[in-house]
Amino acid sequence: MLTRLKGAKVVDPGNINAEKDLLIKDGYIKAILDPGEPYPRLEKSTSGSDSSPVSVSSADSSFSLDVENDQYIEIDVSGMTLVPGLIDLHVHLREPGHEYKETIETGLMAAARGGFTAVCPMANTSPVNDNAQVTSFIINRAKELGLSRIYPVGAMTKGLKGESLAEFGDMKKAGIAAVSDDGCPVENSMLMRRALEYAKGLNIPVISHSEDLSLSKNGAMNEGITATKLGIKGIPNAAEASFIMREISLAELADAPVHIAHVSCEESVEAIRNAKKRGIKVTCETAPHYFTLTEKAVADYDTNAKMNPPLRTEKDRQAIIKGLADGTIDCIATDHAPHSSLEKDLEFDKAAFGIIGLETSLPLSLKLVEEGILSFETLIEKMSKNPASILGINNDLTPGNPADITVIDMESCFTIDPKSFLSKSRNTPFAGFKVTGEAYITMVKGKIIYQR
Amino acid sequence: MAFTKKDILDIDSLSVEEISMILNTAEGMKEISQRPVKKVPTLRGKTIVLFFQEPSTRTRLSFDVAAKRLSADSLAISKSSSSMVKGETLVDTAKNLEAMSPDVIVMRHSSSGAPHLIAKRVKASVINAGDGIHAHPSQALLDLMSVKEKKGRIEGLKIAITGDISHSRVARSDIAGFTKMGAEVVVSAPLTMIPKGIKALGCKLADDMESCVENADVIMMLRIQKERQGAMLFPGEREYASLFGLNRKRLNLAKKDVVVMHPGPLNRGVEIDSDIADGKYSIILNQVTNGVALRMALFYLVAGGGKRNADKA
Ligand SMILES: [Zn+2]
Repeated sequence: MLTRLKGAKVVDPGNINAEKDLLIKDGYIKAILDPGEPYPRLEKSTSGSDSSPVSVSSADSSFSLDVENDQYIEIDVSGMTLVPGLIDLHVHLREPGHEYKETIETGLMAAARGGFTAVCPMANTSPVNDNAQVTSFIINRAKELGLSRIYPVGAMTKGLKGESLAEFGDMKKAGIAAVSDDGCPVENSMLMRRALEYAKGLNIPVISHSEDLSLSKNGAMNEGITATKLGIKGIPNAAEASFIMREISLAELADAPVHIAHVSCEESVEAIRNAKKRGIKVTCETAPHYFTLTEKAVADYDTNAKMNPPLRTEKDRQAIIKGLADGTIDCIATDHAPHSSLEKDLEFDKAAFGIIGLETSLPLSLKLVEEGILSFETLIEKMSKNPASILGINNDLTPGNPADITVIDMESCFTIDPKSFLSKSRNTPFAGFKVTGEAYITMVKGKIIYQR
Repeated sequence: MAFTKKDILDIDSLSVEEISMILNTAEGMKEISQRPVKKVPTLRGKTIVLFFQEPSTRTRLSFDVAAKRLSADSLAISKSSSSMVKGETLVDTAKNLEAMSPDVIVMRHSSSGAPHLIAKRVKASVINAGDGIHAHPSQALLDLMSVKEKKGRIEGLKIAITGDISHSRVARSDIAGFTKMGAEVVVSAPLTMIPKGIKALGCKLADDMESCVENADVIMMLRIQKERQGAMLFPGEREYASLFGLNRKRLNLAKKDVVVMHPGPLNRGVEIDSDIADGKYSIILNQVTNGVALRMALFYLVAGGGKRNADKA
């Protein structure tokens, strides 16, 4: 099977930024051609396929497609922007265990629609993904579905209990790409140190949900003026920043990389910026809600604006934007956290933390480009290239790499409507937001898994 | 002017005019409580549900008496009632309450914002009788009423509030109410009990209790919750009393005609000395009497005469 994606502006940061055609064969990028450039001579296929060509274009004289063995299609994507597939380092797909909120299938459909060719589901399923069996279940389920790729994140400690290390090695063999106790921050600093050291030996990154539970306990939103007015117990910036500082110290001690999840406030950005200057191997992500919203979104006790870490102040939002712009923040991840009305249609302090994000991340992030905060290339670094490099994947648009591609329609203007989501859940604070730009085609290993 | 608010959820959502109207109506209601037959037919046939998820005998009784004096049918639903079975969500409960077609739901709940959630889903008027640490508007309104009765005005007074502001819905509503009506509110407490961004509530923070009560027209003491010592807020009652208890010496720093208030129940000898609580400055019992009149006014305005006036207007 041969596919030619024609006419798109191809943006692969540091590699390509021009109008190009992509030639894809059997799931892999075969060649990158100039517009109108004739097909290169392809080696004779040995597969012995008996399929015949589905269409033949007005061929150039030097055209030498192997029409006997290759089906051949051209997709006109002129006017669109083609980038290496987007990768979301931080999602919750809820399967196994909480299938009423999301399944691997609905989560991956939402991912595909959002333009993500790969996602990293966190380990807080039921049972917890702290052993190779659960990892294999997730990987096999994703394989059956043939949608976006899945790079599971294994639990860092058994049962996410923060007591002893989970079997990283076994889980790695089964397919995990990182370890994390997301949602259950590890209080014991020695255990965190051991996790960093152990993971380094196995060459897998550790993702830290940094939160001092003794400071955040019972808190339901950002500590500050809005929480004081609403009578809601607050979660201070220091609960996050102090543990990020700990992780940085431990990463330095262990001489191991650490990736900080969902950075939400100024002090955290500052700590990471300084650590990077000192050469410590720290990377981090933020989520679209932290650079789009502030604690004001909670004002009427809206549980769809309740997440952990919480929405902060305008000062923090600006610090996140600055951190994105100066490279302190490496990635944009969604922390896609589906919940049903059972967890959300409640008193604010009793409602669950978390919002979904897979189907809103790209359009919300494109606003940063529209506002001149990031170049489009830099945005793609944060949504594709940097997540790939943290996971140790090469996703450059170069011949020989799998064709994991997102084609973006930059012109599409629309209003976010949760009713249209492919995710099983609807918990988003972005309903009614007017945005521009969305995925037009999402392709994984040459196969179109979503087309608008 | 007609009263058009469906719900009484917090002080912030009431205008100065609406607060004045409530206070004026309450003054009229007080007269009914002084008659030999303390009952008028104003709300005959109206149903008032007292939905108290958190125990509170005092506030519930006050609302109940207010409802009865206006001839409304009141029924109390508490946590143990069959309609609040285990596992039922607040929204489910709201739907069940709605099925009884009440005219007013008086609600006390441990979660801040719970009455706001219910108010959006029921046709009945919702009166917040205390939600979490957020608001207790009827208490603040009766405090305004009691001060106005003693001082003849609110505007220009200095109100000193001492106690756990962080965890007090009464403090939040009083600060909002008194500042809205033109008084100056100054608070003092151990800094562990002062929430972040307190100035956004409109009050000042005193350096110590002495400067807080100095020249005050009103001193309001909040109840110290002994169980909160576990939350590391203060080392002990003895030290609390020595730094932030209302004693004779501190009382003397205030204006000569100062009045002392307390939303109750009292911790005698901790936040307030017994002789002061019972002394001539105290209007603690007036607060209780006015509570009934004020709550009658709220019922009348959301469910009765106020609405009828609005129709005529
Ligand atoms: Zn997390």
